Amino acid sequence: MSDFFYDLGSQFYQNFIEADRWRRYLDGLGISFTVTIGALALGIVLGVLVAIVRSSYEQKQTKKSGWLKFVNAICKIYITVIRGTPMMVQLLIMNFVIFQSSRNLVGIAILALGINSGAYVSEIIRSGIMSIDRGQMEAGRSLGLTYGVVMQNVIIPQAVKNILPALGNEMITLFKDSSLVTVIGLADLTKVAIQIQAKTYQAFMPFIGIACIYLIVVMILTKLLDALERRLRRSER
Amino acid sequence: MNGNEHFLYIEHLKKAFGDNEVLHDITNHIDKGEKIVIIGPSGSGKSTFLRCMNLLEIPTSGRIVFNGVDITNEKVDINAIRRQMGMVFQHFYLFPNLTVQENITLAPVKTGLMGKEEAIKTAESLLRRVDLYDKIDAYPSSLSGGQKQRIAIVRALAMKPSLMLFDEPTSALDPEMVGEVLQVMRELAEEGMTMAIVTHEMAFAREVGNRVLFMDCGEILEEGTPADIFGNPKNQRLKDFLSKVL
Repeated sequence: MSDFFYDLGSQFYQNFIEADRWRRYLDGLGISFTVTIGALALGIVLGVLVAIVRSSYEQKQTKKSGWLKFVNAICKIYITVIRGTPMMVQLLIMNFVIFQSSRNLVGIAILALGINSGAYVSEIIRSGIMSIDRGQMEAGRSLGLTYGVVMQNVIIPQAVKNILPALGNEMITLFKDSSLVTVIGLADLTKVAIQIQAKTYQAFMPFIGIACIYLIVVMILTKLLDALERRLRRSER
Repeated sequence: MNGNEHFLYIEHLKKAFGDNEVLHDITNHIDKGEKIVIIGPSGSGKSTFLRCMNLLEIPTSGRIVFNGVDITNEKVDINAIRRQMGMVFQHFYLFPNLTVQENITLAPVKTGLMGKEEAIKTAESLLRRVDLYDKIDAYPSSLSGGQKQRIAIVRALAMKPSLMLFDEPTSALDPEMVGEVLQVMRELAEEGMTMAIVTHEMAFAREVGNRVLFMDCGEILEEGTPADIFGNPKNQRLKDFLSKVL
């Protein structure tokens, strides 16, 4: 029994302390964060745009312009293709097909994950927009405000409040899914664990170790989101 | 006749939702300073008629001429037209994410009608008028129904409209709050505002209206002064309606 713990201690030393390996985990975690935050930002921008196109197409009661029909069709194809193919395949295509000459792996990872996330975020936001009473838009329009101004100042802020839990989930999913960028050779947290395992020939410590790191980060994010949600709710009281 | 002699002129207005025609060929008008009251059973098309006036519902056919401009023409900037018409809804539709002051100043500022300072001043003086100045920084969720509706009226007035449309403004209110909202509308009428009011408040219709329109099944079946409509109704369906509500 004491041997087991002695082994664990020495394994921990070899996989985290020796040769300052903890630094590499930290760097990897930094990359994972960068990719997550970048992809989330891109995903939200794309998601909002697509959601606005899709819901204005659905709400429009007059003749729809050809332009709107066209953009709506593009958005639909985007959502279908992105949700219908595995994220890992999208990453591989982005890296080895579209940007085969680029070595900016972080950029490619953010682009691939962000485009992927945008498809899901857009559906989340669309459901949020649809959850707002039509009367809100009508009240805004009756004052002579444009569709865009009402969207930006009235509908989206309310929708965001409603969908914050779902958006938080998306961020957490994105953080965990960022481990997939390993397949394009980007040294994120998971890739670091693989590299260290290759050096030390020990699998237990690196992989259990990063599992713990992912878990702790997710738990912290969950707490932060809860706090944010409570704050937003309070402003309405 | 092109309707230019009327402030708002509605000609052969039809509105259908899919195959269901809810307004059949309505022709009517509102003159400057006039207060028309539209009454009728629910589902008679009164609200749809009112909502056509500021194109919240797009007419299927017909013409609406406002201030000499045919607003059903597709080239007309509908936002510019709507800025001159205020609308008050049954369910208030205050913006819950904004404070009372922001609710009122949003449209004047965003449409460029006023600078921020001026808009805030306007909001303050309008709120004083309806006795709600102390709620200026409150959020709508902390207000009662009557307070919400008075603020919704103020929000519309902040755009300095020349025509006010009221879509059953007291129907969603608790009975004890109806009076305070009607009082604000009464004062507005006394100041000479042009108003079109859809309501079930018959006493109010009789008191404030210059002309009452009775609608049923998408048509105006009878119109006249309040004294005629309530005192000497001719149409059988109007008689039936009045016997139920009075």
